[in-house]
Amino acid sequence: MTEAKMKGVRERKSRTRKKGISLLLNFPYLIWLCLFVIIPMFIVAAYAFTTGDGTFTLENFKHLSVYKQNIIDSFIYALIATAVTLVLAYPFAYFMTKRSEATQRVMMMLVMLPMWMNLLILTYSIMNIIEANGIINNLLASLGLGRLQMINTPGAVIFGMVYNYFPYMVLPLYSVLSKIDPSLLEAAADLGSGAPSRFRRVILPLSMPGIVSGVTMVFVPSVSTFYISQKLGGTSVNMIGDIIESLVNRVSTRNLGAMLSLVLMVVILVCIMIMNRFSDEKGGIML
Amino acid sequence: MKKIFSVIALCVLLGMMCLSAVSCGSRNDEIDSALLKGEYNKDLAGTTLKVYNWGEYISDGQEGSLDVNAAFEKLTGIKVVYSTYDDNETMYSDLVSGANYYDIIIPSDYMIERLIREDRLETVDVKKLSNYNLIDDQYKNLYFDPDNAYSVPYNVGMVGLIYNTSMVEGSIDSWEALWDEKYSGNILTFNNPRDAFALAQLILGQDVNTTDHGNWDAAAELLKKQSPVLQARVMDEVFNKMEGSNAALAPYYAGDYLTMKENNPDLAFVYPKEGVNIFCDSVCIPKGCQNYEAAMLYMNFLMEPEVALANAEMICYASPNTAVVSHEDYTYKDNEILYPSKEDMPAVQWFHDMDADTLAYYEALWVEVLNS
Repeated sequence: MTEAKMKGVRERKSRTRKKGISLLLNFPYLIWLCLFVIIPMFIVAAYAFTTGDGTFTLENFKHLSVYKQNIIDSFIYALIATAVTLVLAYPFAYFMTKRSEATQRVMMMLVMLPMWMNLLILTYSIMNIIEANGIINNLLASLGLGRLQMINTPGAVIFGMVYNYFPYMVLPLYSVLSKIDPSLLEAAADLGSGAPSRFRRVILPLSMPGIVSGVTMVFVPSVSTFYISQKLGGTSVNMIGDIIESLVNRVSTRNLGAMLSLVLMVVILVCIMIMNRFSDEKGGIML
Repeated sequence: MKKIFSVIALCVLLGMMCLSAVSCGSRNDEIDSALLKGEYNKDLAGTTLKVYNWGEYISDGQEGSLDVNAAFEKLTGIKVVYSTYDDNETMYSDLVSGANYYDIIIPSDYMIERLIREDRLETVDVKKLSNYNLIDDQYKNLYFDPDNAYSVPYNVGMVGLIYNTSMVEGSIDSWEALWDEKYSGNILTFNNPRDAFALAQLILGQDVNTTDHGNWDAAAELLKKQSPVLQARVMDEVFNKMEGSNAALAPYYAGDYLTMKENNPDLAFVYPKEGVNIFCDSVCIPKGCQNYEAAMLYMNFLMEPEVALANAEMICYASPNTAVVSHEDYTYKDNEILYPSKEDMPAVQWFHDMDADTLAYYEALWVEVLNS
């Protein structure tokens, strides 16, 4: 056996051993994934294609047209919320990377702070703050200013979604922006590039993976939002998430709810695939 | 410096945890054995009883009240495993899935009708319950259990109209106030199809259990006319909204009105002239129970005057127990909202279990109403 061949065998051996170790380390999570993600998805699908007593049917999908408007509305709301979050989070994340490390830590903690609290409690609190006789309105009234109609408007729903999903946008943006090598910007400046063009031609392209993953992480939960819209939107919005929740809660309409969940999942998957087209193929994109 | 700060913070946190543990530790599980009517012994000590009840639907030792489950455990040595649900359907799907078994459940009328029809309940021989004679006769032989063979009434209640006197002119006597443009943006209604449809059906003079599609269509039309004046469709958020004067009118349960009234004296309550929905939650033993004898003991214990009184005080719904209604310490003794006199008693309609066809029909209409 030649020296080269020996090396090849050794390499192959160590590669298979590495593979074995990584499989072993992944094993607990693979089981978890199977039990709590893959199998439940099949159960949802099984419900979607059956009647209450378990016989196969496509009947559930005939009801889809009833909920068409709600699905469209949910996408519109999710798009708006995602856009608002991006516009707010991008400059925030960018200027955060320019601060001293200590300041960055504090800012990051402030962003994460709301995530320490449960979403339901947060939303319920927002509801009480923006109520007709809530904290803000009482303050305005005591200052002699008029009261504002805030709760039960589409704006309140968007606010609730932006508030809740803001950290999911900041985190990926921050991690990408902080990795941009300052010398690239210096080089661009040396070559006569002004600030707007530096942003457009250096920072923006390099931060694209962060934008795509941030947008995905905000858009996906926004589309299927429930509770937030119900509590803050009053009768002004009926998101598909709220409808699915109420359908699934009642045994008699569970199959309908499963059908809608399945449809929503497929539509979201298509959206993500389209979104991933926008990003650099080599950049590790999160689903 | 930083370290000292974190140490102090940790100490404060730990201290708070200890304090809350201590305050939870002092449970009021004493019940004067001289006041007990039934007989309890420790024959079943060491066994377990699984109770499945609505949330916040038992006296649990809060604010010095009697801790009913702890008292039962102390008296009999049976360990009570207590869990809660927040609607009948959740309880039903849990029961049907077979993932859990229970020895005691407390469903509402129409759900009991369904459970009996599907043969999911054990029979209960009320002759073996020494306290059963305390149950008021008007709550025996109810439609869902005509022979009292499966259930023992726990609480009864009616839906009424709650309104804020500072936001509403004059007095109100009709469900139609919930359609009044004068109060546009200040009106709440139920966020579930059955209860919301019932209001429209009462106005239209329909039977709330109608199977006629035309009737449901008419009710849906009426509900669509209500959408523009509604502020929101709510369930338990109604407490916040009515207590904070954030809405003027809302339909809800009479007992809950009494709780809200404590926090907002401007609130008033009426049983509208078109009639109201009445409900009864009863104690049942589901098939698959593992400790039938203990369940019977628990059923009897819940009817003990002292226990039922503690529950009635905590839950604020009307008690079917005559010993409670006539008890001199009872806060709501002769309360005209919980216990209206014969002449003030509104016309009432019970919910029945609906067939699958009607159910699917009104569910589809409900989405139209939501989107209107």
